[in-house]
Amino acid sequence: MHSADITIENITKIEGTAGLKVKIVDDKVTDLEFIIKDYRRFYAKAVEGKPFVAVPSFISRICGTCSIAHLLCSIEAIEKSQGITASLQTKLLRRLTYDGLMIRDHALHLYFFVLPDLLGIDSILDIPDDDNNFGHQLLHDSFDIKQTGTDLTVAISGAAIHAPMPTVGGFLKTPDPASFPQLIEKLEKIRPQVLRGIEAFSKMPDVLIRNSDYLCLKNDSSYDFLEGSVVNTSGRKIVEEQFHDFLHSVVIPYSQSEGYIFSDSHEDYLVGSLARLNLGRELLNKRTLGDVSKYLSVFPSNNIYHNNLAQAIEILHCVDDAIDILKSIQITEEKPVTMPHRAGVGVGVVEAPRGTLYHHVETDEKGMIVNYDVIVPTAQNQINIENDLKKYFEENLDKDEETLRLSAEKIIRAYDPCMSCATNFLKIELIRS
Amino acid sequence: MDNKPKLKIGWFSFTCCEDSTILLTELLNKHLDEWKKVIDFRHFKALKTKNSIEDLDVAFVEGAISSPSQEKELMKIRENCKYLVTIGACACTGQPSASRNNFVSDDINYKIAYYMCHFDYSKDVKKIADFVKVDDEVNGCPMNPDLFIETVGKYLKIFNIA
Repeated sequence: MHSADITIENITKIEGTAGLKVKIVDDKVTDLEFIIKDYRRFYAKAVEGKPFVAVPSFISRICGTCSIAHLLCSIEAIEKSQGITASLQTKLLRRLTYDGLMIRDHALHLYFFVLPDLLGIDSILDIPDDDNNFGHQLLHDSFDIKQTGTDLTVAISGAAIHAPMPTVGGFLKTPDPASFPQLIEKLEKIRPQVLRGIEAFSKMPDVLIRNSDYLCLKNDSSYDFLEGSVVNTSGRKIVEEQFHDFLHSVVIPYSQSEGYIFSDSHEDYLVGSLARLNLGRELLNKRTLGDVSKYLSVFPSNNIYHNNLAQAIEILHCVDDAIDILKSIQITEEKPVTMPHRAGVGVGVVEAPRGTLYHHVETDEKGMIVNYDVIVPTAQNQINIENDLKKYFEENLDKDEETLRLSAEKIIRAYDPCMSCATNFLKIELIRS
Repeated sequence: MDNKPKLKIGWFSFTCCEDSTILLTELLNKHLDEWKKVIDFRHFKALKTKNSIEDLDVAFVEGAISSPSQEKELMKIRENCKYLVTIGACACTGQPSASRNNFVSDDINYKIAYYMCHFDYSKDVKKIADFVKVDDEVNGCPMNPDLFIETVGKYLKIFNIA
């Protein structure tokens, strides 16, 4: 290939709409644009002037697949702004509902979006109806895995998408523990299926290695998606409140979403399961560690395709974590914790399925929202994705165009990007006039 | 190869959180084997790369319309389908994606203005029925799953597909 313009109008098997344009002149990549196409809804602006109690449920509409992540991140930010500390039971129930989210969300990405790449077909719709077919077996495993994740979140939070029960200070309705034995049974039943998935995704042959920095929330005592400090490969440890200052936003003129680099080094970085496994795999659930040691040897990894394996391992961790909590938790009837409204500022940081998610809230003395800001994982990964694609194209210009297109989609897909999320935030300092 | 006639459907997403797409992927846990026998998923960007919008029996459309280019795409879908069903609150009512319609001029700070000027945003976000004929609605945020299953059943009957 000497010169070419390669355009992918719509990258498929991802959440939302994105495209790619690559210009090649005289065997050199002269231009590459990863374009996030979803139109902005400006929800962070729309919540201004609303009472804080209404905000988590509204703002979780940023995203259909990880709405639970936005919901809990918003609740954390608002609770901090109001000086509310949730009970231990609430924290455990949030952890349970989050385990359900991770199980369902990772399984959707791995089995519905990535599995066709592994099988060399276009779509799960092309998998033959043959019980002896490996793809058929994995697909049907995924139905059970996804359903169990959904059932877990529904039991704790009332729904898997836009859950009605979690609220500022606790839960509107305490979950009924009568459902827990059956949930444990379902989780135990999918364990062998999850292990089969880990084995399958460990055999993904593709490799793309680039030296990225990695960033995630890390708790020193457990593998935790909800509490901890933000850490990166270079050894920096940042408290949640300072996370915003650690990042520098970059306007990307052809994309509906801003990108992010580190504010000090101006380097790109990656968030998501690969970052979490690279930086905290020793903290995985003990039972999980017992079963996945041979797969963990590849971490830390700079191969972006290992994000898929990392997600498969995290599914098992969430299964085991949920079983532990369901076996030990003693449910008592609780009402949400409330405090008199006050003017305050709060920051929530959680690990969404596809990486670190940040919500920032500022309220007035009546509990009305004065400012709201969201930084999502896909926006943070945007520049990293482009740089990975540049490296791939520069090293593979001898390949035919169809191969380049397929590989570019696979690289983007490996990040598990979500465009709905990426187009719904505004940097707070830019909102202020 | 199964040559029995199938209901030719397309699934399309405009401005929204795509929660109904996610809910549909959840419904597939229980219904994919059964639906594959009677439904030809001709356009379903979340599940396949090779998509076609031509000659659809039913187009399911989620999301609201934010731009002239989305409006044009919607018109093209309508021309290519016999029936069009709106899916979820944003498609059926415009909200909550249309929240920006309520911004007053003081809210349109330079940051919002930057995006609205640099990309082809329409002045207002609108529901699907503001542009094309809608044959059925499956409302909800996300869509009501029972009503969706019922609606699929209705069109299987209309097209005499067992």
